[in-house]
Amino acid sequence: MDWFDSGWGLSLIVFLPLVGALLVGLAPKANEDLVKQVALLTTVVVAVLSVVAAFQFDYASSAELQLGTDLSWIPSIGSNYHIGIDGISLPLLVLSAVVTVLAIIYSWNHWEEPKNPKAFLILILLLETGMNGTFVALDLVLFFIFFELVLLPMYFMIGIWGDKSPYTVKVGRFELETETRLYASIKFFLFTLFGSAFMLLSFLALSFEAGTFDILELIQLGSTGAFTGTFAQLVFAGMFLGFAVKVPMWPLHTWLPDAHTAAPTVGSVLLAAILLKLGSYGFIRIALPILPEQARAWAPVIAVLAAIGIIYGSLACLAQTDMKRLIAFSSVGHMGFVMLGIASLTDVGINAAIIGMVAHGVITGMLFFLAGSMHHRYHTRDMARLGGNMKLMPKMGAILAFIAMASLGLPGLAGFWGEFWSLIGAYNPLNGLNVSLFRGTMVAGAIGTVLTAGYMLWMLQRVNLGEPNAEWEGHDLPDADRFELAAWAPLLVATVAIGVFPRIITEATNGAVVELVAKAFGS
Amino acid sequence: MPFEIDYHALGPEIVLAVTLMAVITVDLLVPRSLKYLTAITAVVGTTAAFVPLITLALHDDPVRSMFDGSYVADEFALVMKALFLAAAYLVILMSFDYIDSERFYQGEYYFLLVASTLGAVVMTSARDLIILFIGLELVSGPLFLLAGWRKGSVKSNEASLKFFLLGVLSAAILLYGMSFLYGLTGSVTFEGIREAAISGDQGPAFTMAILFVMVGFAFKISAVPFHFWAPDTYEGAPTPVTAYLSVSSKAAGFVGLLLVTYLAFPDAANVWGPALWILAALTMTVGNLTALRQTNIVRLLAYSSVAQAGFMLIPFAIAGVSDTPDQLESAFGATVTYIVIYAFMNLGAFAVVIAVSRITRSGLIDSWSGLGARATGLAVLGSIFFLSLAGIPPLAGWFAKFVVFSAAISTLNVWTTSLAAIAAVNAVIAFYYYARVVKAMWFDPAPTTAEREALPIVPRTLQYALAITVAYVLAAGFFPQLSSFFGDASRMIAAGN
Repeated sequence: MDWFDSGWGLSLIVFLPLVGALLVGLAPKANEDLVKQVALLTTVVVAVLSVVAAFQFDYASSAELQLGTDLSWIPSIGSNYHIGIDGISLPLLVLSAVVTVLAIIYSWNHWEEPKNPKAFLILILLLETGMNGTFVALDLVLFFIFFELVLLPMYFMIGIWGDKSPYTVKVGRFELETETRLYASIKFFLFTLFGSAFMLLSFLALSFEAGTFDILELIQLGSTGAFTGTFAQLVFAGMFLGFAVKVPMWPLHTWLPDAHTAAPTVGSVLLAAILLKLGSYGFIRIALPILPEQARAWAPVIAVLAAIGIIYGSLACLAQTDMKRLIAFSSVGHMGFVMLGIASLTDVGINAAIIGMVAHGVITGMLFFLAGSMHHRYHTRDMARLGGNMKLMPKMGAILAFIAMASLGLPGLAGFWGEFWSLIGAYNPLNGLNVSLFRGTMVAGAIGTVLTAGYMLWMLQRVNLGEPNAEWEGHDLPDADRFELAAWAPLLVATVAIGVFPRIITEATNGAVVELVAKAFGS
Repeated sequence: MPFEIDYHALGPEIVLAVTLMAVITVDLLVPRSLKYLTAITAVVGTTAAFVPLITLALHDDPVRSMFDGSYVADEFALVMKALFLAAAYLVILMSFDYIDSERFYQGEYYFLLVASTLGAVVMTSARDLIILFIGLELVSGPLFLLAGWRKGSVKSNEASLKFFLLGVLSAAILLYGMSFLYGLTGSVTFEGIREAAISGDQGPAFTMAILFVMVGFAFKISAVPFHFWAPDTYEGAPTPVTAYLSVSSKAAGFVGLLLVTYLAFPDAANVWGPALWILAALTMTVGNLTALRQTNIVRLLAYSSVAQAGFMLIPFAIAGVSDTPDQLESAFGATVTYIVIYAFMNLGAFAVVIAVSRITRSGLIDSWSGLGARATGLAVLGSIFFLSLAGIPPLAGWFAKFVVFSAAISTLNVWTTSLAAIAAVNAVIAFYYYARVVKAMWFDPAPTTAEREALPIVPRTLQYALAITVAYVLAAGFFPQLSSFFGDASRMIAAGN
């Protein structure tokens, strides 16, 4: 499979969805089945290719960038089409390719108003190009393009198919009546754009200093201490803004609850499962190895913000009445664990971050699927009105109970490893970091796990247990249908599989992470 | 001195001049029902003007100098000539149906449009103050008339008068500055001014002369605080003329600014650098903040084009405050690249505005509501152009922002980083108002009255204009080399020939 290994495989994984989007665009709108089939076929092929990539991948040298290519792209600025994957990007790439397929299967006959499957599928496919591209890009300009490419499809998804309930924007005495989807979509875009504008400035400054946009060359330079002083500080600050908004880290998270809650089900799933990972991936791929000295300096800040995020996210969850919003806030907490792991700058911590990212993608993606399906039936997400779901929809209730357990970090399920290892990482951070501060964040994180268990169980109690509310009597409440089950089964399997054999992920990541830490921080 | 004329180098100008005569002759000869032939003549003429341009570009030594170095056809001139011709071609395509259906005088319209283009083409080759001034006036003069082409409309009259008064004022200021320059240096050529400025004493009069020239061009590019004419003129003028004003006329102003700053006073960067720094920061910020409040689509684009001019000024400002020859060169290329990309996306945006106003019969942004459901194709095109103007990848506009940022950050000091930060914040603000149009098209429901009406078909010529611009915006987004090629070719001139 020489053609596959020489970059064609990855290029297809990135650009096939774009071709698919064009084909869907050309298909007649009236022929809905054809539109759906083309989209599904494209994503299935991409997912299969990503699995092939996982098999072609040489795990013995997972720190090497593999299956890639390096072609001239914009010679005038010295930017190349340089792609490749290592152990860090591989799991995320597979996750992204698979979740997109599931999103389309789930959508098959769950179209939210105003329907229009054709447009929706084009957006999903464009989104996939952006997501997959970010995970394989090894050139800062290329990375930036893909990183930004996800914004537009998500903006349109939230804006067109999002929550149409009225919303009042209040800033001081200024008031504006609008709709939730409109507010959430523009807020999402402006926050991310703000961060990425400064990220771009950092990238440019870096390239002027180093004379290249190539991430591998920059890492090489960075590990020899080429970037120092105020310059490095400013560059890291810009990158931090770009990535931290995307993660999102407290206090830059406020777009997340709005966007996740307002987005259509599939949009929320893709946002939570993949888009949030672009930020934390950026930290691991770019910020840490290129600017190790600054990473050390910023690590305590990141750790404290992560700890605040964990506690804040959990407390916010305890205050929610809206099920979907609760799940959205839980992402703030879970991504806090990911960032805590990264901040420890140890191989344990960064491994924890990656497995935490994959687990969060699988579990929270699943939770958003469930929230969407339940809203579809009950037409409400108010947990005070729900209840006794276990009796009304036994299958869905059981899945909800199971996945909530996974989300609160029950050992044996996927959510456990990320939290557990990131706490270990924080307990024993990189030599030279302030140990007592990190242990403090570890304690905060540990309290966070308790709070997480608290709000998840409380949600289960309110939604699943007890007697059904009298208002649902006589309502037609069908249990999960086969499209839903087909879309969910792989996620449930993955939850158990990663929980029992975390090696599925660490086999790929560990070599790359150890190398990264050794090169950047010399331990 | 030998006064040989290189007819090959003057090819594009000659073809355009012949086209001018041809248009007015055809207009005299044909009856009213065949007046569209004037437009066809103009289209053929602008296309034909590309031929000498291409042969010049392919020639072994494309730099040709005439009239003692006052008139030069080099890479920069060729690139900008190509841009002006392409813009004129697209504007004529956009005008065709607009002018025809409103029963405007067609022959004169195309005559004036081509005359203005000829002025812009002359400007690109100008290497002395006199030719530059003649070119600039030839650009503006016809536009004073064209802005008032909707004779029955009060707004159009206002547009024309305002444009005329401020245009004349700016010309006077420019000429005043130029006369000082001549008086102080004894030379009208850029080369001569430059040499005299190095050897001679640079007193306050010289500084004042430079600032006067700057202010004169600042009017042309509608930089804040010299922008007040732009929104009213843009709104009142016929839309294709507005498109021309916002692209060619503005680009012509930038050509003048590029030539004088980089060729005539590169050594006085300590004077124009800070001035342009302030101008860039003000223009971006005020343009963007005012655009936020607009309800009329053309006024929105007017303020957007003010803000875009601010972005184009950034490389100048940076080159001025960093003053190493290398910076000057790359800054020059950045501005040219930005102008090329801006020309295509802004013309595309105006083409969509013309097409949509045929449907909505209104200039309000609110009337664009629900366009996605009513005219999906136009809404997709509109979104592409507006989001490209906002600089969102993978549309061409991202690379324009990219080169400007990259010029801004190429030297790191307080001035450059703070301007880069201001630009970054402005890029975010700008997105908000471009997104408002996109939001109206896709997120807002269509007005109930409009649903049943049959939609007018987009005229064929307008379709061509849309196809050309969208093809460029998409292709240059994925392969930015398409645009930076022009910037690179032209930056040679700033290398200090």
